[in-house]
Amino acid sequence: MAMTLDTPVDTTQPLARPSAPRWRRWMRPALGLLLPLTAAIAWELVVGAGWSDGRLVPPPSKIIFTIDELARSGELLRHIIATLARVGAGFGLGVAAGTILGAISGYWGLARRLLDPTIQALRAIPSIAWVPLFILWLGIFELSKVALIAVGVFFPVYLGVMGAILSVDRKIVEVGRTFRLSGPAMIRRILLPAVLPAYVVSLRVGLGLGWMFVVAAEFMGASEGLGYLLIDGQQLGKPAQILAAIVIFAILGKTTDWLIELAAKPFLRWQDAFAPGRGEP
Amino acid sequence: MLVLDRVGKTYLNGVNALERFSVEIGLGQIVAVIGGSGCGKSTLLRAIAGLDRASHGAITLDGETIAAPHPKVGIIFQEPRLLPWLSVADNIGFGLSDVPSAERRARIAAALAKVGLADKAKAWPRELSGGQAQRVSIARALVMRPEVLLLDEPFSALDAFTRRDLQDHLLDLWSETRPTLVLVTHDVDEAVVLADRVLVMRPRPGRLFERIDVNLARPRDRNSPLFETTKRRVLTALDRSLDRDAPDPAAGVETGDALWW
Ligand SMILES: Nc1ncnc2c1ncn2[C@@H]1O[C@H](COP(=O)(O)OP(=O)(O)OP(=O)(O)O)[C@@H](O)[C@H]1O
Ligand SMILES: [Mg+2]
Repeated sequence: MAMTLDTPVDTTQPLARPSAPRWRRWMRPALGLLLPLTAAIAWELVVGAGWSDGRLVPPPSKIIFTIDELARSGELLRHIIATLARVGAGFGLGVAAGTILGAISGYWGLARRLLDPTIQALRAIPSIAWVPLFILWLGIFELSKVALIAVGVFFPVYLGVMGAILSVDRKIVEVGRTFRLSGPAMIRRILLPAVLPAYVVSLRVGLGLGWMFVVAAEFMGASEGLGYLLIDGQQLGKPAQILAAIVIFAILGKTTDWLIELAAKPFLRWQDAFAPGRGEP
Repeated sequence: MLVLDRVGKTYLNGVNALERFSVEIGLGQIVAVIGGSGCGKSTLLRAIAGLDRASHGAITLDGETIAAPHPKVGIIFQEPRLLPWLSVADNIGFGLSDVPSAERRARIAAALAKVGLADKAKAWPRELSGGQAQRVSIARALVMRPEVLLLDEPFSALDAFTRRDLQDHLLDLWSETRPTLVLVTHDVDEAVVLADRVLVMRPRPGRLFERIDVNLARPRDRNSPLFETTKRRVLTALDRSLDRDAPDPAAGVETGDALWW
């Protein structure tokens, strides 16, 4: 019986299987690079030909040269480490607080009615508005910077965790109930795995905000860090240094995001979601 | 013995989903519950499963009152409700976490073989067809060796061939350990193929309308004249249950009471 139903589907298969996907997989990112690369090369040529002095918009070679110079002097590493440490600490704190409070609000209705209105009200405040207060409370050094980043990371994680718990399918929770799972077992065996995909997304959003807020934090007076390189470049009129810092921000942001994705992957193999390009292993 | 004594359920929104439902079901019996949409069949099953509390009356299994999910009562829902993050084998073994791992593995393997999915042990639920997924959910319930197995329209989402196949399968599995089966269905054919007794319900409020005993030898021949006759009787009862003016034969003397309420 299964055979008779399957056969007509199989006959359509040969039509849809050319060898295209392999090179298309490389084509797609290459296509995305086409525009920026063309622009970069064009600008390089324009400056090289002397049509522009490239003082305010330095050509790519100058940016690469600046990065290389900073790297050689060991300064770049110092700035990267300073920024990474701030993002790491702020992200860690924000994630911890967001996860714990989000889980409490999602799990207990009473806690949600008690906590959530306040947290939502705080969320409506633009986080940068806290800066003066944080500086007064925590001083102008590391503590206030880490606090600002943590605040930025906290809200998406809190919302993500709470929303994920609230939207766990009742039908699947009932399966747990029919097998008479205890409270902790229900959390470990049903809620945690059900919440994980949304949690990973909220971590990635939180990390993105962490990178955004580290720049704001380093603008408020830092002696090292990539944000300091930006300010320094502006004050001393070194656009190449600004662009170099921006490029490194982009690389670090993308890499850390990819690390989260990579770490979560083994736990999410079961997902049956729309994910283009996941077809081939 | 599963005993329902004047079970009633009024939801918080005031809907009287079930009223004075009484029945006694002996161990190993197969009972089909049939009736129009919204007449409280799922409500009844959820109360027996202990997922919802009945607002009136009592449900007892071998003298023990059921107020919460009971280890001897299993349920199979209309949808397979497999846990998407567990492999097929782990889904089947979900309720066996207290069993030593060697025995657990043996029981899972046996259950998989019984439902004909031995080759799918490592597959993810998303890789199964609808019928295969429902078979896994049957295996997940049976591996617990329940005394009472409740089924809420378990095959209604499947095509006619697969449904028939799974009905036969269910009977095979039932004949091994002979648990009590309570099966909700919309399909008169299914009720008569499987059940020893058919309970016809009527809506607003949901209550028992008629009981029909099916005295056919197993395995049943769907084309025999007796099968046809029984089917017609169930159909007639079903028709009358949806007719507002028809009196309640099963309620009998209680009708006067009901009017008083
Ligand atoms: N959680 C609920 N809250 C309020 N009313 C409900 C709830 N669940 C069901 N009802 C109501 O109770 C009545 C019986 O519902 P039930 O789901 O038991 O019907 P059913 O016989 O299973 O119907 P179907 O054959 O369509 O599945 C319906 O009128 C329905 O609207
Ligand atoms: Mg129903």
